[in-house]
Amino acid sequence: MSRATQQPSQSVSGQPEGLIGTSARRPDGRLKVTGEFAYGSDLWMDDMIWGVTLRSPHPYAKIKSVSIGAALATGGVYAVLTAQDVPGDNAYGLEHADQPVLASGVVRYAGEPVALVAADHPEVARRAAGKIVVEYEPLDPVTDPVAALDPAAPRLHPGGNLVRHLKIRKGDPEPAAEVVVTGCYQVGMQDQAFLGPEAGLAVPDGNGGVDLYVSTQWLHVDQKQVCAALGLRPEQVRLTLAGVGGAFGGREDLSMHVHACLLALHTGKPVKMVYSREESFFGHVHRHPALISYEHGAGRDGKLVYVKAVIHLDGGAYASSTSAVVGNAGTMGAGPYVVPSVRIDVYGVYTNNPPCGAMRGFGSVQAAFGYEAQMDKLAAALGLDPVQFRCLNAMEMGSSGPTGQVIDSPAPVAELLRRVERMPLPAAGSGGSGGSAGSGGDLRQLPGGVGNTTHGEGVVRGVGYAVGYKNVGFSEGYDDYSTARVRLENVAGEPVVSVHTAAAEVGQGLVTIEQQICRTELGVGQVVVVPKDTGVGSAGSTSASRQTYVTGGAVKHACELVRERLFTLVRLRLELPGAELVLADNLVWLRTGDDGAGAGPAGLIGDFLGDEVIEETVQWRHRKTWPVDPQTGQGFAHVQYAFAAHRAVVDVDLELGLVKVVALDCAQDVGKALNPQAVVGQIQGGSAQGLGLAVMEEIQVRDGMIKNPSFTDYLIPTILDVPPMRIDVLEYQDPHAPYGVRGVGEPPTISSGPAIVAALRAATGLELNRVPVRPHDITGT
Amino acid sequence: MRVTAKVNGVTRLADDVWPGESLLFVLRERMGLPGSKNACEQGECGSCTVYLDGVPVCACLVAAGQADGGEIMTVEGLAAADGELHPLQQAFIEAGAVQCGFCTPGLLVAAHDLLARQPDPADADIREALAGNLCRCTGYEQILAAVRTAADLMRPETGR
Repeated sequence: MSRATQQPSQSVSGQPEGLIGTSARRPDGRLKVTGEFAYGSDLWMDDMIWGVTLRSPHPYAKIKSVSIGAALATGGVYAVLTAQDVPGDNAYGLEHADQPVLASGVVRYAGEPVALVAADHPEVARRAAGKIVVEYEPLDPVTDPVAALDPAAPRLHPGGNLVRHLKIRKGDPEPAAEVVVTGCYQVGMQDQAFLGPEAGLAVPDGNGGVDLYVSTQWLHVDQKQVCAALGLRPEQVRLTLAGVGGAFGGREDLSMHVHACLLALHTGKPVKMVYSREESFFGHVHRHPALISYEHGAGRDGKLVYVKAVIHLDGGAYASSTSAVVGNAGTMGAGPYVVPSVRIDVYGVYTNNPPCGAMRGFGSVQAAFGYEAQMDKLAAALGLDPVQFRCLNAMEMGSSGPTGQVIDSPAPVAELLRRVERMPLPAAGSGGSGGSAGSGGDLRQLPGGVGNTTHGEGVVRGVGYAVGYKNVGFSEGYDDYSTARVRLENVAGEPVVSVHTAAAEVGQGLVTIEQQICRTELGVGQVVVVPKDTGVGSAGSTSASRQTYVTGGAVKHACELVRERLFTLVRLRLELPGAELVLADNLVWLRTGDDGAGAGPAGLIGDFLGDEVIEETVQWRHRKTWPVDPQTGQGFAHVQYAFAAHRAVVDVDLELGLVKVVALDCAQDVGKALNPQAVVGQIQGGSAQGLGLAVMEEIQVRDGMIKNPSFTDYLIPTILDVPPMRIDVLEYQDPHAPYGVRGVGEPPTISSGPAIVAALRAATGLELNRVPVRPHDITGT
Repeated sequence: MRVTAKVNGVTRLADDVWPGESLLFVLRERMGLPGSKNACEQGECGSCTVYLDGVPVCACLVAAGQADGGEIMTVEGLAAADGELHPLQQAFIEAGAVQCGFCTPGLLVAAHDLLARQPDPADADIREALAGNLCRCTGYEQILAAVRTAADLMRPETGR
């Protein structure tokens, strides 16, 4: 093949497609469309047996006795285990080790694991579990997160019922303003509802150790907790990522990890555990329900003077990541606005409700429902347009947030709002409003759909706006790093890069990004993503919108080190010690002189490399953050902020309270879109989850019991519920981040819901201070 | 009991099937075809959609015994024998319709059925046809785009 002699470009040889900035295809795409991709629940071994979990039917009870005899005597059963069979610490947790592997003496929520069974068929195991006799003494559950803080309330944990109280104090402690609005808001408990259930396969190694193949978000934090529970060393507990069918925060905590390993080590056989959908509702943490009260003050000039807030987040029975969720709800509790005086108190509380922890948006989602409702109220009180009022108070680069942290990278809050405002509105009647009754009206476009509940009569339209923001990465001084190993070598005569990280691919497309970075930095087309496991150092969690930033940064840095070593090799061969070199299209390119004179291809990467293998492993950290001051909440707590704005258009059937979201458009700044198609996919998917929380999704808990643990009764948006979504992606690079990237995954889930509720308020004139908004909230019946 | 069925053109047999097992369980755990997915196992999510005697069904809701002697096509049967992907599969990859991918097998079979019935569907038709398939990752926009693209590819004048 003849080679062009110009400067390198991606079209020279056509080979390295899929550089950063292009919508490269997923490396696992083919496996996923052919059904060959192995998720946790697909794993299979010849001699494997099945594990099941017996869970508490009570939200709060003493365990008087557990009798396993009848279960153990069942044919086909290999093991029945209880708390006394946990060899290490019978306590685990992301931030506080307060959750037992198997309950001992007490259960603190309905669904808490009490015993395990392994058998040769899942149904045999389930029936045997039904024969375990647990004698409980039920206690009155603590289910109100405010009452839980009463000193007279039963203490659910030795340290009391308060997980964390965060105080934010900024500016005037006794502020006064010309216009004041107040409001109380409530956010229901949302489920991540990832489609792939919790699942994994534990395989004993015959030497007291175990290999665990599991669908998770963070292999190393799992490994640490599994080791502690099993009383084993890290080298004895090896984790490999099984295919993950979505996560959204719900796989940050352990589920079946320790249980499957316990059963495998006891039986000496591979043990597979797969939760049913019902069990999944009990098997992972949920989004914290919130009780929120706000007071906002502004001047007649439309400028915010102060924000006061009190937020209670119900953490349920165990802490999980409640402390960090509290941190976010507080430090970002005033919204992406400039507010001179802030007083916020956030309480994360233990109750006997289902445990709550990470879910996409993580504390910012709850606060945004409150502060965005307040912004609309205040705009109305001031006689200002909601977008105009927000823009008047919008944060920008250089603004100081409620923690005193100065925003030191682009923060185009006003521009995002103006951009969604300028997008074309759907035609009147496109969703059925404007009297499209009768001929030509497509029922599928109307509230109620083919239920044929209206032909347009009683339907009104509303438009609403919201903007939100979220920290990217782990905050408040956490040592947030990722590890990457990058290797360059010739395989069958061609240069191949392999990239090895433990960063969990959960569907978001990090594997694609890893390939794109390697191709871009090393100019090699063929990049192999090594299976994710604990054979390489921690990559940190696939959460907090952080992996492209942090693991992306680690991969980029490892590539740079590999490239330098290759360049040393090339300069030696060419006897040009000062040569300026570039890699592209599987070629080493020479750049000599500022004018490009003498520039051209110096040879194939593979030829220079020969038999050399160049491998580098790096740990990479984003810049440091600090804990906030415990009395004032002031400090440089967050490494980066990410912003999104939405405009929602809704049609509401006022008589039946049925809602059709007609349009949900978004503008988001992503710094740099490494994969534009994946970025849009994240924004659309995240927006849809916000839609779910706004109008349909809620785990209904009564007296500590989940009433709707199924997809029949817990409704997530279908393709009929989600409208067309126009996405405007802005790329204002963050100078502190690799390639200027900004985390993408969470911001759309923060502002989409508040925009929909604002549109519903505009349509109905109702306060609607609780999400999800239910039909009877609209009809008042 | 023994269950025999022609799956993706190949006659397969499963022994010792407990009568309570679903077709989904038998496909996944006894016939080595885990492509059909187990997201809810109560007929709500569509991720286990397969053809049974030419009709798309939720395999989780079909007792294995009901499928005895039947003809089944799963996601594993969509691509050609030489490995060439079906236009729908190709379009799903190219449109970004695949994120975690857990809903993908069921969506592919449901969309396959739609395009067999309706080669040129409007968006509202696509939405109606796929309303029984939940996706939690994409917000559905790129899935709609994929089905539109596949429909284009499959029309005789433009594609295969």
